[in-house]
Amino acid sequence: MSYCYYCHQAYSETWSWALFLGLANFPLLCQTCAGKLQLIKGDICRMCGRLFSLFPEQYRQGDFCNDCIRWEQDEEWKGILQQNRSLYVYNDFLKEVIAKLKYRGDAEVMKAFHSVARSSFKSIYKNAVLVPIPLSDERHYERGFNQAELLALGLGRPVELLLKRTVHEEKQSKKTRRERMERKGNPFEVMNPSNIVKENIVLIDDVYTTGSTLRSAAKVLLDTGAKTVSSLTLGR
Amino acid sequence: MKIAFSNNTGDDTMRFVSLFLNNRLTVVPEILVKDGDVNPVPFSELSEIEPHPLNPSFHYDQNLQQILYGKMLLLDEIPSDLHIIQDHYENGYVRYNPGLLKKKYGWQCSRCQNEKEHLFASFSCFRCKSEKCVYCRNCIMMGRVSMCTPLLSWTGPEVRYRNKNEMAWRGELSAGQQVASDRFAQEIGNSGELLIWAVCGAGKTEVLFKGIEKALNMGLRICLATPRTDVVLELAPRLKKAFPKTLIASYYGGSDEKESPVQLVISTTHQLYRFKQAFNLLIVDEVDAFPYSYDKTLQQAVKNAVHSKHFLLYLSATPSGSMKKAAKKGQLPCVKIPKRFHGFPLPVPTFVWSGEWRKRLERGKLPSSFVKWLKSQATSGRRAMIFVPSVSIMEIVAKLIQKHVEVKVDFVHAEDPLRKEKVDSFRNGHISLLVTTTILERGVTVPNLDVAVFGADAAIFSESAFVQISGRAGRSKEDHNGQVLFFHYGKSLSMVRAVNHIKEMNKEAVR
Repeated sequence: MSYCYYCHQAYSETWSWALFLGLANFPLLCQTCAGKLQLIKGDICRMCGRLFSLFPEQYRQGDFCNDCIRWEQDEEWKGILQQNRSLYVYNDFLKEVIAKLKYRGDAEVMKAFHSVARSSFKSIYKNAVLVPIPLSDERHYERGFNQAELLALGLGRPVELLLKRTVHEEKQSKKTRRERMERKGNPFEVMNPSNIVKENIVLIDDVYTTGSTLRSAAKVLLDTGAKTVSSLTLGR
Repeated sequence: MKIAFSNNTGDDTMRFVSLFLNNRLTVVPEILVKDGDVNPVPFSELSEIEPHPLNPSFHYDQNLQQILYGKMLLLDEIPSDLHIIQDHYENGYVRYNPGLLKKKYGWQCSRCQNEKEHLFASFSCFRCKSEKCVYCRNCIMMGRVSMCTPLLSWTGPEVRYRNKNEMAWRGELSAGQQVASDRFAQEIGNSGELLIWAVCGAGKTEVLFKGIEKALNMGLRICLATPRTDVVLELAPRLKKAFPKTLIASYYGGSDEKESPVQLVISTTHQLYRFKQAFNLLIVDEVDAFPYSYDKTLQQAVKNAVHSKHFLLYLSATPSGSMKKAAKKGQLPCVKIPKRFHGFPLPVPTFVWSGEWRKRLERGKLPSSFVKWLKSQATSGRRAMIFVPSVSIMEIVAKLIQKHVEVKVDFVHAEDPLRKEKVDSFRNGHISLLVTTTILERGVTVPNLDVAVFGADAAIFSESAFVQISGRAGRSKEDHNGQVLFFHYGKSLSMVRAVNHIKEMNKEAVR
């Protein structure tokens, strides 16, 4: 008998040889909750990792979605982020889960995703330095933890807290895409520039929404000598 | 709580120091300590410290008193400056209580009383710098109670309420309502408990008015707790209309009521966790319903929320076995309202054989007796609710029904994001047949309604669920004779008991 990491209902795992031999992960969510999450699998945007099946054909061109084409046409942002990959579709249920984690402060929820993230992403980050997107100190105090750091720490690779958020600002979720793209100045700063020279860096965050946070962070890292920057998030 | 952020130096913390102040051992938040030579720790690691005695000459902040009186709040929930809070503590007006208590076998949350091991977790905390800051996951929806967060309570003088609370309601009570209303009003000011056992449609809200008015004018603090948000939303405007001069607040998951000193609180049972020794009169609505009836920590919350001298009023249409037994033995005083407000008897369910309905569904068919009823229902111009045992059956049945009738059919379940919209459009007649799981068994009142249960022999339907389901029909005076049909594959004990229950109530009503 286990308890679901999200809804606390007791449930029993279905037994299988794969589980017994360690080839599959023990489920940490009950079947009801797990069923409401949608793993990103299949035809995705090569750049931002979003699932093509979820939006109309006219918003894509070849392997890319229109949003990414816009980013790559912008002189300032072209080639900054190598690629993003995400675990789940950012649907209503995942929004609920992340809200409970972030705004209610239920840090434990993140543990439900560690093993899935490890098995899905290992090949992407095996030779990279993991860098979580930081919070401002004020937000960090309010929450008590940084959700991106919690996700990064569960991936089984060294995590480097190389970034610092120097500007405390409104929650990203309260802004429009245009406001996010036009943001003046970069809110991030690299703390130990010598540590990243020639490194491949994988940024970790909870959600990729417009990609502007991740690109801002990638930019300061490249400016201080990082070789490449890509990113992994829980939701897209 | 406001914390002055000193330009992102990252040294703002939630740790505490215990030191001697005027010869008394005193707790001080680290950020208020000027002396650098201290050893700050998470709150739960402080040794137990006696509260300061009340300093009668201290000028307390009425604003803080009104926010904190009768509550247990986190520092984050109090808008006052930390200095002001600390002053009140040092003068005996506020108390810091540990958020989590270390017990012999683990932890206990001081707010929700949770002791279950799997509902505690820990994280590396930016506030107290502890690598394993333990917190309670049970009541996290109200803000995190952790090892490093104290819960604050008010230990100064009580809030005084004004005693002008005239009731604006001028309706009339039925004979049965009058008896219950008088009995309740008579008990106001006493300690003890009372069960009002009122059939569905008896009009129990009106029964409360006189007692509430009396309690308000005696300066008592009142809470009406109900298990469901829908009911809070429905009752709040009715009570505000009945008592226009009284301060009333409603609390439910997601409500953003300001912390203010209201005299009458309408709350979901879960939100009772917020209160501490607050109420002199606590009315527990639908005392038999989920989750109050079997959640031990909620019963504890009731205990925590009431003042040492208090009166508990229970309301139910279908009291649990143990409550009925206590009432019968005379241990629990009880008033019954066996008659509906309009005076007509409760509709008695009719059993209709529908054969092996599960097998038929597998073959994509509905039982023929059910189809026959559907067709006559569709032409009658009346609405019907069709209760089914599960969400998966609901979807299949709704789809199959559409093949047989022309009228608009829809379905709704507890987690349907369009739940409110669908129920509304059923209420105003846009949907004629609504297939649903047992979530709509209570509270929903729709005129010109018939009720059917599909697969009534399924184990999920209890006696009380059936009584509540049957209680949806015939609620208005003009349409007191709604139909109630149980389609089944073999009578269950719950079905038989429910019918006996209804017949018994109707018999008592005639007496």
